[in-house]
Amino acid sequence: MLMRVPSLVAIALVVAACGSTGGTAAGSPASLNGSMNIFAAASLTDSFNALGKSFHQAHPSVALFINFAGTPTLVTQIEQGAQADVFASADTANMDKLNADGFTAGSSQVFAHNKLEIVVAPGNPKGINGLADLAKPGVIYITEGSSVPAGKYALQALATAGVKVTPKSLETDVKSVVAKIELGEADAGIVYTTDVRAAGSNVQGVQVPDVVNVIATYPVVTVKGSKNLDIAHAFITYVVSADGQSTLASFGFQHA
Amino acid sequence: MSLEASVRLTLGSLHLDMEFVLQEDEVVALLGPNGAGKTTLLRAVAGLVPIDAGRIRLDDEVLEDTATNQYVPTEKRSIGVVFQDYLLFPHLSVLDNVAFGLRSRGMPRSEAAARAMQWLDRVGLTKYAKSKPSVLSGGERQRVALARALAPNPRLFLLDEPLAALDVTTRAEVRRDLKQHLASFRGLRLVVTHDPLEAVTLADRMIVMEEGRHVQTGTPAEVTAHPRSKYVADLVGVNLLRGEADHGFVRLPGGRAVAAADAVAGTVFALIHPRAVSVHRQRPEGSPRNVWPGRADGIELLGDRVRVHIAGDVPVVAEVTPAALAELDLAKGGEVWLSFKATDVVVYPA
Amino acid sequence: MRRERAPLAIGVLATVGAAFFIVPLVGLIVRTPWHDAVQSLTSADTLEALKLSLEASLSATALALVLGVPLAWIYARVEFPGRTVLRALTTLPMVLPPVVGGIALLLAFGRRGLLGSWLDSTFGITLPFTTAGVVMAETFVAMPFLVLTVEAGLRSMDRRYEEAARALGARRWTIFTRVTLPLIAPSLFAGAVLCWARALGEFGATITFAGNFPGVTQTMPLAVYLLLQTNPESSFVLSLVLLAVSLLVLIGLRNRWLGSA
Repeated sequence: MLMRVPSLVAIALVVAACGSTGGTAAGSPASLNGSMNIFAAASLTDSFNALGKSFHQAHPSVALFINFAGTPTLVTQIEQGAQADVFASADTANMDKLNADGFTAGSSQVFAHNKLEIVVAPGNPKGINGLADLAKPGVIYITEGSSVPAGKYALQALATAGVKVTPKSLETDVKSVVAKIELGEADAGIVYTTDVRAAGSNVQGVQVPDVVNVIATYPVVTVKGSKNLDIAHAFITYVVSADGQSTLASFGFQHA
Repeated sequence: MSLEASVRLTLGSLHLDMEFVLQEDEVVALLGPNGAGKTTLLRAVAGLVPIDAGRIRLDDEVLEDTATNQYVPTEKRSIGVVFQDYLLFPHLSVLDNVAFGLRSRGMPRSEAAARAMQWLDRVGLTKYAKSKPSVLSGGERQRVALARALAPNPRLFLLDEPLAALDVTTRAEVRRDLKQHLASFRGLRLVVTHDPLEAVTLADRMIVMEEGRHVQTGTPAEVTAHPRSKYVADLVGVNLLRGEADHGFVRLPGGRAVAAADAVAGTVFALIHPRAVSVHRQRPEGSPRNVWPGRADGIELLGDRVRVHIAGDVPVVAEVTPAALAELDLAKGGEVWLSFKATDVVVYPA
Repeated sequence: MRRERAPLAIGVLATVGAAFFIVPLVGLIVRTPWHDAVQSLTSADTLEALKLSLEASLSATALALVLGVPLAWIYARVEFPGRTVLRALTTLPMVLPPVVGGIALLLAFGRRGLLGSWLDSTFGITLPFTTAGVVMAETFVAMPFLVLTVEAGLRSMDRRYEEAARALGARRWTIFTRVTLPLIAPSLFAGAVLCWARALGEFGATITFAGNFPGVTQTMPLAVYLLLQTNPESSFVLSLVLLAVSLLVLIGLRNRWLGSA
């Protein structure tokens, strides 16, 4: 049987209302203590690690655990009963699913946007200059599975650009695609600009023109049944605050 | 046809140093107690055990020579071996077992099968041709092992304790059969056994081995008449003493002198049959020159005779009738006197 | 003879131990939507994954037999310096996390790998993202099972039969094929089946080294994992198929894990 815990929606809304006027991490009640589990999309790895660190510095008595994976994987985990307090998704479709299935507490907020970028080996040895080059003979192109937001967006972008190409592999998340490019196993993949940035000098990025690109919307929500709603709300407040937003921007995300 | 073997090797605690010859007109038995090294020697001749030093020559072919580093591997030697547990291949039929040696040497399947069938006929087991060895009795398995070893017509036939795996009743019958097969085999034959009855029945000549070394060789009659070690003496069932001969006496290491008619000089064996030893309650009078006390500490019933083991500085076994034993009434501590005549002592050089 | 009864403490602990295994399996059986099962099982993707899994695992088992039996023979029969170390290395995949195995395979046979780069530049052969890559990954993790089982069989067989064969004039190859192999047939069979079952269930090394694409590299375990994200209940059905196969294998092998006839 699926676990249904009595909803704390009423309290959550009150707390959310109090915290949504843009306070900073340091402005939240300093007496917060306890622990919090954040389930975040893989593309948020570096940025959320940084956000988590800052949050912990402001609230030293809060123990933070972040679980990164492909968004659909996180949804499955939550629906199968994993203990999560915050869920940060890489698209609205997965967030809607979680909501429709009754696992969210309160309504979600968009906290960031992202764009797609082609990732290649440093020096771009195969000479990939655009989406059309992915179909060149001799190019090993990989992408994420279509249930992963980035994978879905990649298909959309390719369709918009009229490019037909068959990937050699459908990875489970963006980080796996980046890893295989870094290792030299594949020549090109489609990931987010933030992923290209995060990989630094190990990879090179090729821009996807805005006209065919897809804007990824990242919503965040507190999870139903969370036992640490106050901490969860404080964290979300921080993420959408000016401080949180500038941290996200430093990793290449567009503003909420 | 002949086999000349001189083998020196060390295997664990066994130090083997043996030399022997086989001729084609005789069946030779290698007899010895367990641990004597007989099976090891057989395996060395078969090429299954490495030799430290020595030479093995079969007819004009040198099978092994450590001096010149020559070694013919087992599979290339013209030998047939019957192993102690027969080692019939459990997954092959009886016919395929017998045909194995032929097929291994390249004979076509049908020809090998025909020859194998002939052999099964000779040992009377054709009806089991398609059966697996596990359904056969011990005696039947022994016959299959025989057929399997002989089918390829080897020049040298080696048998390692061929009857040991059988129960006593089967053994007698199989022994008779084996004797016939050995007789009809045209080649060199060596049987390894720890059973003296087997050796005496099957062999024309016996080689006795103890602790890796040669003890004595001879026909069964020669060996049983003049044993040269306690082991053989015990097998034959006689008393064997060893000492220095001195004009009518044999001086034993412990100091006692045994009066022996034929003792002249040199190191000798003195053999006294238990039948020649008399047992008395008191010190006996009369002609026997050898009289001394002892203690009866064991009695064996052997059919219609009784063997009495008398302990003392020179342990001796005497043989008496049950009636005589009753008369002796050995209740009180078993103190007895034994006696035997000097003329009943058989003396021969050691 | 009276049947022995377990002491209470042992009985309790054993029951808990058994429950540890049984409850998850029962959970899987109970939660599977049986009415949708047929549909899930016969969808194109599933059938493709099943076909690929069977082909790859059987190929891996065949490869493991060809390479593993000689290895097992050497371990059981030949003394040479470094044997212990070599044996440990070739048994390593049994205890290594499969993903680590996949990474190791990439570093050896990937496009920039030790041997892989040579294969690529000389023959134009790349192994990642191919079905051959799947077979390699499965062989890597499953072969140790075969090697160990066959080695145990070789060690426990009565070698005197080989001596008897020698005395009958058989050369080494004849002895191996007509005497040794038949005598260790039970271990050979058990080893092959264990190997096949392990290959069938392999996930971590496959997805890391060979990648994931339907019909080429998406084996059953990968299909299950991905279905879990899109259609969890279909994944239950597939999981049950894999579970049933594994159970059949284990029941079929019963007592014949090791040893000779």
